[in-house]
Amino acid sequence: MRLGRVDFGGVVKEVNLAFLPEADIGDFVVVHVGYALAKIDPEEARRTLALLAEAGAAAEAAS
Amino acid sequence: MKYVDEYRDGRLARSLAAAIARAVDPSADYHFMEFCGGHTHAISRYGLEDVLPTNVRMIHGPGCPVCVLPVGRLDAALRLAGRPEVTLCTYGDLMRVPASHGMTLLRAKAAGADIRIVYSTLDAVRIAEAEPDREVVFFAIGFETTAPPTALAIRLAAAKRLTNFAVFCNHVLTPPAIQNILESPDVRALGRVRVDGFIGPAHVSTVIGTEPYAFFAEEFEKPVVVAGFEPLDVMQAILMLIAQVNEGRHEVENQYVRAVRRDGNSKAKADVAEIFELRKSFEWRGLGVVPYSGLRLKEAYAAYDAERRFGIAYVPAADNPACECGAILRGVKKPTECKLFGTACTPDTPMGSCMVSAEGACAAHWTYGRFRDRQRRAP
Amino acid sequence: MSPKIFRRRLDIRNGRIDLSHGSGGRAMTQLIADIFHDALDNEWLRKGNDQAAFEVSGGRMVLSTDGYVISPLFFPGGDIGSLAVHGTINDVAMAGARPLYLSASFIIEEGFALAHLKRIADSMGAAARAAGVLVIAGDTKVVERGKADGVFISTTGIGIVPLGLELSAEKARPGDRVILSGTIGDHGVAVMSKRQNLTFETAIVSDSAPLHGLVAAVVDACGPALRVMRDPTRGGLAATLNELAQQSRVGFRIDEEALPVKPEVAAACELLGLDPLYVANEGKLVAVVAADAANAVLAAMRADPLGSEAAIIGEVVADDQRLVQATTAFGGGRIVDWLSGEQLPRIC
Ligand code: SF4
Repeated sequence: MRLGRVDFGGVVKEVNLAFLPEADIGDFVVVHVGYALAKIDPEEARRTLALLAEAGAAAEAAS
Repeated sequence: MKYVDEYRDGRLARSLAAAIARAVDPSADYHFMEFCGGHTHAISRYGLEDVLPTNVRMIHGPGCPVCVLPVGRLDAALRLAGRPEVTLCTYGDLMRVPASHGMTLLRAKAAGADIRIVYSTLDAVRIAEAEPDREVVFFAIGFETTAPPTALAIRLAAAKRLTNFAVFCNHVLTPPAIQNILESPDVRALGRVRVDGFIGPAHVSTVIGTEPYAFFAEEFEKPVVVAGFEPLDVMQAILMLIAQVNEGRHEVENQYVRAVRRDGNSKAKADVAEIFELRKSFEWRGLGVVPYSGLRLKEAYAAYDAERRFGIAYVPAADNPACECGAILRGVKKPTECKLFGTACTPDTPMGSCMVSAEGACAAHWTYGRFRDRQRRAP
Repeated sequence: MSPKIFRRRLDIRNGRIDLSHGSGGRAMTQLIADIFHDALDNEWLRKGNDQAAFEVSGGRMVLSTDGYVISPLFFPGGDIGSLAVHGTINDVAMAGARPLYLSASFIIEEGFALAHLKRIADSMGAAARAAGVLVIAGDTKVVERGKADGVFISTTGIGIVPLGLELSAEKARPGDRVILSGTIGDHGVAVMSKRQNLTFETAIVSDSAPLHGLVAAVVDACGPALRVMRDPTRGGLAATLNELAQQSRVGFRIDEEALPVKPEVAAACELLGLDPLYVANEGKLVAVVAADAANAVLAAMRADPLGSEAAIIGEVVADDQRLVQATTAFGGGRIVDWLSGEQLPRIC
């Protein structure tokens, strides 16, 4: 069973990678009860933030 | 923490709140349910209801595994723990949940039962291996996120040919519970409950994907937006739901694209399918008996099934009849409309499921919502 | 050093506590001499009396006692020995007092390694010397295996508070400011990081420290505008503020953004499903002071190395329900209630 060390903002914990065999060093992952469940897609994360900023900016411009 | 802090930015939240305020139709009301306790936590922890327009109401759904575990199952776990040969392993969440006659796992432990808190299912397998004279039972609870780790533990125990490891399975599924809420007689017959849209769970959806929600969107004409657990994720999902309602759409949208794929996590789903099968019905505290909403071990893994091995008979135990959790979980009532709220029922003395864990609707209102009740009362 | 009457020296490297070490016989005398007197050495212990007599000068006496039962016994940033010194010094100091002396009583489980006991006693001695507060009386008991968890220590401290200074929990008044001396949650997280089954790697160390120097600085800077001080240990800052709210019949409003929390502590809490407001501290104090003294107290705290991250975190408000409220970073609010039982790591 593959284990990985995951850094949670300065706290490192061993995490089970059984459900995420494709996880690689440097990846960001979603962890639940000690298991990695999904990889974070950096490109999508960036897009979500951009959308958030956009919605906010539109509202500010209008007010 | 990267990919977390960005989604908690207070300044961005204020401008997003302004965007939500502009998006709502002032003559309309919006009732959205967040199914999952993780979202309830984000909403109450960050005080999101304070920054939402007054015509947007959030209904806290049944998505907290501790809250929906029926008292009868907890009683059964306590009976198991009472057997001298049994070591009961459990997640910390369950230790203080009251069972019948005010008993808790914490009290049972104090009285001498061998009950141990584990952080991972594999800790329980490790205990079984290290202590072959003990009958180690893992008290499994949770939704689609905790079922795969339980499945893995069973597979591992089977591979190691452990004969002293078993699972008391109480895993439940999200989609049947949502369906139950939408089909509840209150909704259909009385038309009293209005849920105009759902915020779909974050971690659960990383496992099951967005596909299973398509049915509700279609059949019940309700929009579903799967969202991450951070406060800005929730706000963005609310904005997306408002847009769908305003435009008369009812689609499944994914706000949590950074982690949730359409098909979810196929490896985790396969492990669950290998070990578990659907129960015909399972009781949920607060919702009652929900068809095809729970998992049990397949015949091939019967040796690891604590229910079969120890002949656990399920004896339902009723909640206080005055408890309004059923109505609260369906959005028909608010916690403050329950006679017991804040008097007989508080987080220290929970009478019903909604008060049991910090993520239950009543507990969240007790901890966070009373603040707003006060602001309103203030001149 | 043990006098010549002992035939064999204590085998500190490999030896273990057995019941004879608590029997009152020669083994016990040897244990006390070789481990405790060695570590805590001072003129009172050297005399070997059953009590310590000392002179006191003017002021009111302050007395406080506390038991220490911590698992694990050794944790990043300290151990049960240093903790038993710091904790009781701090309880005495919160009255505005200058701590003078401590006594220590040990309950040791049969089978406990002498090497561990020596490490604990040495750490206790070092902590006491660094704080300038001597341990001048003590006691040792040994209990059968299984009747204790390694070692339990209880310490009692006495100190003197200047006449005229009367800090008390019922003195907080609406409008007063709440000042915290530094980051919260460090001790609890450092200890949890070493608990069985929970282990995670972190650079966080316990904040365990004696606060009487910081207290003296606050008292000097503030004078009579100082209402009350507390060290938020078990139950964290949330428990302390709720206690003060009850006793003073007021409410508190704190600003979450002003709360100093180390990023690693925040991350660990997130990982375990805990709230730093409820996690224990062993080297922090919270002071309630009249509004016009707040800046002077803040400056005095920040000038002390143990208060360099001090912050004004909120204020006392009138509230007949005596609630502690927090304003979130989002501008929303929440109630910081008493904790229901011990905080346990959670899955959801
Ligand atoms: S306040 Fe308690 S009794 Fe009333 S609905 Fe909520 S959980 Fe049930």
